[in-house]
Formats: sequence, structure tokens, C-alpha cells
Amino acid sequence: MSAHPATAPDGAASRRRLAALFWRFRALRIGSLLAGPVGWLGIVYLGSLAVLLVTAFWTLNEFSGTIVKGFSFNNFKTIVQEPVYRKIVLRTVSIAALVTVTDIVLAFPIAFFMARVASARVKGALIVAVLMPLWASYLVKVYAWRTMFANQGILNWLLDPFGMHVPSSGYIRVWIVMAYLWLPYMVLPLYAGLERIPDSLLDASGDLGARPWRTLRSVVVPLALPAIVAGSIFTFSLTLGDYITPQLVSSTQFIGNVVYANVGIANNLPLASAFATVPILIMLVYLLIARRLGAFEAL
Amino acid sequence: MRVSGPARWLLRIGSAITLSFLYAPLLVVAIYAFNDKRVQTWPLTGLSLKWFSKALNNPGVRDALLTSLKVGLAATAIALVLGTLAAYAVARFDFFGKTTVSFLVILPIALPGIVTGMALNATFTQIIKTDLALWTIVVGHATFCIVVVFNNVVARLRRTPASLEDAAGDLGATGLRGFVDITFPQVRSALIAGALLAFALSFDEVIVTTFTAGPTETLPIWILNNLSRPRNLPIVNVVAVCVIVLSIIPVYIAQRLSSDPIGVGARGPGD
Amino acid sequence: MKRYIITAVAAALAVLGIAACGSSNSGSSSSSAAFKVPNLPIVNTVGKGEGALNIVVWAGYAEDGSTDKTVNWVTPFEKDSGCQVNAKTANTSDEMVTLMRTGRYDGVSASGNASVRLIAGGDVSPIDTKILTNWADIDQNVKNQPYNSVNGQMYGAPHGYGANLLLWRTDKVKTAPDSWGVVFDPASPYKGKVTAYDDPIYIADAALYLSKTQPALKITNPYELDQKQFDASVALLKKQRPIIGEYWSDYTKMQAAVTQGDTVLGTTWQVIANLLKADKVPIRTVLPKEGSTGWSDTWMMSSKAKHPNCMVKWMNWITSPKVNAQVAEWFGEAPANNKACAQTADKNHCATFHQGDTAFLNQVKFWSTPVSNCRDSRGNTCVDYSRWVQAWTDIKG
Repeated sequence: MSAHPATAPDGAASRRRLAALFWRFRALRIGSLLAGPVGWLGIVYLGSLAVLLVTAFWTLNEFSGTIVKGFSFNNFKTIVQEPVYRKIVLRTVSIAALVTVTDIVLAFPIAFFMARVASARVKGALIVAVLMPLWASYLVKVYAWRTMFANQGILNWLLDPFGMHVPSSGYIRVWIVMAYLWLPYMVLPLYAGLERIPDSLLDASGDLGARPWRTLRSVVVPLALPAIVAGSIFTFSLTLGDYITPQLVSSTQFIGNVVYANVGIANNLPLASAFATVPILIMLVYLLIARRLGAFEAL
Repeated sequence: MRVSGPARWLLRIGSAITLSFLYAPLLVVAIYAFNDKRVQTWPLTGLSLKWFSKALNNPGVRDALLTSLKVGLAATAIALVLGTLAAYAVARFDFFGKTTVSFLVILPIALPGIVTGMALNATFTQIIKTDLALWTIVVGHATFCIVVVFNNVVARLRRTPASLEDAAGDLGATGLRGFVDITFPQVRSALIAGALLAFALSFDEVIVTTFTAGPTETLPIWILNNLSRPRNLPIVNVVAVCVIVLSIIPVYIAQRLSSDPIGVGARGPGD
Repeated sequence: MKRYIITAVAAALAVLGIAACGSSNSGSSSSSAAFKVPNLPIVNTVGKGEGALNIVVWAGYAEDGSTDKTVNWVTPFEKDSGCQVNAKTANTSDEMVTLMRTGRYDGVSASGNASVRLIAGGDVSPIDTKILTNWADIDQNVKNQPYNSVNGQMYGAPHGYGANLLLWRTDKVKTAPDSWGVVFDPASPYKGKVTAYDDPIYIADAALYLSKTQPALKITNPYELDQKQFDASVALLKKQRPIIGEYWSDYTKMQAAVTQGDTVLGTTWQVIANLLKADKVPIRTVLPKEGSTGWSDTWMMSSKAKHPNCMVKWMNWITSPKVNAQVAEWFGEAPANNKACAQTADKNHCATFHQGDTAFLNQVKFWSTPVSNCRDSRGNTCVDYSRWVQAWTDIKG
């Protein structure tokens, strides 16, 4: 409601009318706010995903290998029928889950320490310390691990006196490296979530007779669950589609490797797109579950 | 909640383990940046500073660094605008499809990078039929950077009461004026934190970039291409070390600027 | 939320419908005997250089001094022609085909398992040999071959050829091997430290081995395998999988792995062996008694080349005697130009690499794209390349 008299200059008057219009029609306000982001995400992102889905139905000319823009379920048939693709999907999902659980375990102590025990200065320093590795190049970190895993590398040098050896299994190596890479993505949301828990609830739990471990189990963890799930979205999704880490530290194939090998190397975009629908579906399901658990408020 | 003495020590040890795990490989990178040989054997045969001068004189590095900075700034700018708009809508209003918007915003970063990259590539090359250039990289990066800004701003807006904006409205401020004078100063640090995180994401992104870059080389693409070249591998280590050391500055600034820790709202009394 | 999903699905279906309507031919040449070659204008003139050149190359084919200060034939070319060279290294023929299909490059050093696909796909242009200044000196054995020409029409300038070799670390592998059997032995003492080339074309290596060790399969051409021969080869590779430590396609990965002792035995290229020897890693190579797969490369120009004149200049540069000798010695292959043999630093180079040796060329099975047409009495029953690719995913597991 404009309360100013008509002494306002002309430009201001029309602006005021426009503002009044926006104030009166709530939908206009919301719409103008959302037009940009939703338009961008809808057209640019969803549109591209739709294109990807379309290419999954194309095929390849057998001889020249050029793309044929027809409509065929061949690629999906291949993925469903050939057992190797199922094996790879299971392997990838299992390692994504393993990495997520590992990161939760590794992140909890430091997140809890930062949220509830550390002084303000230490807390600030720790946040910086956890964020810093994110600024180190992903590729260089993975290559550093590759060097560390080498037969005559640092890790064997450290482990040999104890009679131990660097794991030769590609799966285990990928697990270690991925757990390492995504750890900060789990620490930060978890820290945020733990910080949000009001002191009053924890005091109340103590007043009701719970020892600290019981409070942790029954009060802290359930309240931090949305944050845990939020962090897990990143660790799970990043592990699900990565092909560079498996390539650099192992010879094991994961979903990302098969997709990349088909699109970037074998020039079989249709098959790659068809196989790419699998992680899309997996993540959509995961996101729906995560939303149900309240993760979206805890990101 | 009082954490007992022994528990504190356990937490300290746990945190130390996690931090060592985080920094060990970075230490390895730093060590090999001073390697005197080309090949990364262990133990090192000697130390040398020669790779630092080689890195400074390498035109590929300089160009790639500049490209990455350009892409990062552009993508962050777009993400700031779009992310803030969406965050404001979601935090201040209740409307049909509100959860859908949150869902949509998080999708680019929740779906694997290879999916996003392939999708954008297929659109650019098969449908729009355009050449891959700097702007196609920016489009890809901006898309997944939106969520980072969105999260930070939404979290902050949820902590700041809307009553201040209403009061401004009562005093005659239009929506825009209210935003500039009232909301913006409150979310400013969240914007900076979001912008820094978005920039970091864009600066280091390689998978989506591989599919949308064409012949343009961002720094991660340059690194990827040069991990394969034995002569340039040590330069890669040097570049990585420099980036880490230099990035202490923006991260520290962001931490100091935000009264709340990065990415989260502060605990209020009896929240 | 539900309404949103429904509209999204509807939109997707609409797009699908549009895409389906606008489809072109669907696999027209899948059963033809000889492949249909797209009608492209023959390149027969060379004009002024355009100032730039973008090429896709095998690692080591376009050295500009950055790997080794003394190894450089790109900078002299740039000075001579005014064409600034931008070389993109590809690790496999598949990658090369993919890159060429983007239309962003002017030319490629195509091996036999890429060249035919590129010709059939209309990605490379036919060349009139009169503009190839070194044509007369090119060895007969690589002129007008099935992998670089169609009906007598050349599609590029021959570069050189070589064989894949067996490499081992002399300090870790006690007895010097002479047969591919050592990498196919499931009970190998070097389990976990064996390597193989990461490309579906490696199935031909298994087929080649079987052609000598299981003559009952009657394998004559390792790229033209009928179902039974193909299955046997795939089975052999699945038996090999447990002893493989790492597959390599990026040659520096293999170089690093051998240097660090992670790999002690496996398939290699001469150029990798040369680099290892220069770093004083104790290795030796051999061409095993069963023979080997190999490559014969041809420089081809993209049909969408933006710098065609520079590309022709490059083709003439790289096939000139001195430069051809330089590349051949650096990479470890036989030069296509007969006159290059007099220019090599090692006078025995051409003899070592069997330049012009027709008998040797019969022992080396050059990479070629497997197609369904067996080109013999078996008709169209051979396994085509797309199935090789799928089988490779299956083999790696």
C-alpha cells in the first residue's frame, strides 16, 4: 500500500504501480522469481536429459559405425539380457553404499567435535581444514593415490615392515580412494546438522536419565539423520557415475567406465545413453527416499 | 550436553585420524612437486625446484588457468542470480510445486556428472548443432552450481525472519528496495560462501567439462591431458600444490566473513 | 509432484515421436558385400596454407620437442609451411573415429581398424595421388590396400607399419619368453603383473594365438572370425583376465606401470620400449613365434577439414624421406617411404623393422575392422565389430 502523496516523481510513480501489481498478485511475484531458475533448469537441464533419453533409442550402423536415428529397443534389450551389465550395476551400487557408510563413520567424530566440543576458533580452523582438500585438483589427488598404490610406492614401503601389502583388488582400491575423495562432502552437512540440534533437547535427555551414549543413539543420531542422508546423496551419486578413479587406480569396470567406453571411445552413443538411464533411475529413487527422510532441508 | 573428558579425547583422536587421512595424499603431491626425476618412484632420489620454473613458463598452464578463471566467474555469476532467485521463492513463499523446485535444483548435482555431460553434449552436438566452446562449458557449470548457492541462501533465509521485510514493506519499500536494503545485507555472507563453493566446484570440475569443452582447455582438462605426458607430469604436481596453497586465502576469507559457518545457519537460543 | 512427472513423461514422449518421425535410413548396408562409399569430391589441388592444422595422432607421431628436446619434426614443419600444428593424441582407433566424427579435426593417422570405418562413414576424403609428392617412393606393400583405398582410389598417404611386441622386465621374468603363451597362461607365476592392450581389437591377438595352437579352429584371418572362432577367442581372454593386473591404452600408463614394477610382462609398442630403455628400466622385447598383430597407418584428411591445404602439406612432410625416417625411428616402425631407409640414424633400422619385407608382412596381421562379411566361402557369418566391443566389456568383467 503506497502511503506517499503525489509529490513523488513520475518514474517512481510507475515503479510504485509495478510494485503494487507485484504485491497484489502473489503468483506474479513467485512466477517472476522462479522464471529464471526453473526456466534454465527445465529447458537446459531437463531438455538435455530428454535428448539423452531419445538417443538411447537410436542404433549404430554395423559397418561404418555411424549413428542411425531410428527407434529401437535394441540397446535396452542388450543391457537387460547380457549378464555383464547387471554384474557391473550391482558392483557399482555396492561400492557406492560402501563408500557412503565409510564416509559416515569417518566423518562423524570430526563433525561432532566441530559442532559441539570445539571452541569457536578451533571450529573455524577445522572448517577451513576440511574445505581445503576440496580445492586440490580431483585428478591430482587420484593420481597421488595411484602413485601411493604402486608396487614400489610409499604405502608398500610403510606396510612391508608389518608384513602387509597394498590391496591388489581394484574394487578395494577404488573404495579407499572414493571414500577419501568425498569425505569433505559428508563432513560439512553432518556438521551443520549436528550444530542445529538444540542444547535443550540434549539436556532434557540427560535429565530423563540417559547416559551420553544413550543420548547419542536415541537423540543425536535420529536428529542428525536428515543431514546424514543429505551428505550421502553426494557420496552415493559421485561414486555411482565416476569413471576416472576406477580407470586410474584399477582395471575394474563400473557403470561410468562402461558408459564412457561406449560414448567416448567406441562411439556407441545410443548404447551409452541407454546404460546411462540406469544411474539416473537409481538416483531418482534415492532422491525420493532422501526427500522423505527430510534430507532436502539439511543440505 | 556435557561431553566427558575421555570422550573428548576420543573425539580428538578420531578427528586427527580423519584429518590425516584427508591430508596424506596432498602431502604426497607436495613431495613429488619437488621430485628431481620425471618418474614418480619411491623413495625420491633427490629434490629440485626445477618444475616450478617450468610450470611458470608453460604457456598451456597459463592459458588453462585463465580459461578456468573465466569459466568459474561466469558460472558463479549465473548461479548466484538463479540460485538466489529460487532460494528466495522457496524460503519466503508457500506454493504448489515447492518441493519440486528443490528437487529440480538438486538434480544436476545429484545425477552423475557423466550423465549431465553426455546429455548436454548430445543436445549441443545433435540438436542445436553448435560447436563446443567456452559458453557451452559455462552452461554446464552454471547448471550444477545453482544448487550450491541455493542451499546456502535458503538456509540463511530460513534463519532470518521475514518480519523485517514486511516491516520494510509497511514503511513503503517496494519489493526490490526491500531486498536490496533489508534482505541482501543479511544473506550477503551466505552469498559469498555459496559463490566460493560454486567457484571451487567449477574450478575443479572435469567430467562434465570433458563433454562440453571441445578444444578449449580448462585447468582440469589440461591436467587430464598432461597426466599422460611424462615430461609434464611433475608440472601437474606443482600446479596442484600452488592451487592448494593459494586457495587458503579465499576459504579463510569466506570463513571470517560469514558470521555463520559456511553452509549453515547458527544455532539460535532455544532454537 | 505427480502432475510434474506426468508432464515430463508426456514431453519426453512428444520428443520421441518427433525424433522417430525424422529418422533416416536404418542400417541399409548391413548385409551388403562391399561397403557403399559415400560420394565425396576427390582432393586434387593444394593451395596456400591456412595457417593452422588440427590433427588426431597416435602418441609419438607428432613430436614437437616436448617429450624429448631432440625429437621434433613439428616445429620445422610449422616454420616451413606456416601451419601451426595442434595435435590431439588418441589412445585407440575407436577414440580416433569418435574424434574425427566431431568434424573438428583436419586429419588423422588412421590404422586399419579405423580407416575403413572412416571411409565408409564419409568422414575422410579420397585423395588424388598426384598431389602426394612422395607417392612414387612409397613401398608397394602399403599402396592401394583394402584398408586405405576403395576400388583403386586412395584415401590418404601411407605412413608406416609395425607389429605389437611382447615385453618383459629382465630382472623380474627369469626365462626370456618367445611365445604369446606366457600371457595366456592362467597359472602364470606373474599373476597380477601381466598387461594387455585395452581395446576390443585385442581379441584378434587371442585369435592369432589360437590360429597356431588350435589349428582345428581353422582361423586364417584373426579379424574375420565366425561365431565358433570368436567364442573360442573370447573364452581364452576370459581365462586370461585373472592374471591381468592392468589393461593399458594410454601408453604412459604402461610406461609408468613397468617402471614401478606393477607390470612385468605383456603387449607393448616399440616406442614404449624405447622410452623405458632411455629411463634405464631393464626390459627386452620380442616378436613371438606365433607372429603378432600390428598396424599399418595412413594419414587421412577429414571430409570436413577446415585447413585442407595444411593437411596435404603435412601429409607430404611426414612422408618425406628424412621426416619419415625420424618418426619411424622414434616410434619404432617401418617407414612407408623406401628412401627413408637411407636416412635413419641406425643403418639397420629398416632391416630390423622389416621395411618392404613381404614375407614378414604376411606374419603380421594388421589391425582391420571386423565386419560381418567374411570375404570368403563363409559368406556373411562373421562377427562384426559392434559385437567385439560388447564382448570386450564382458571379458573385462
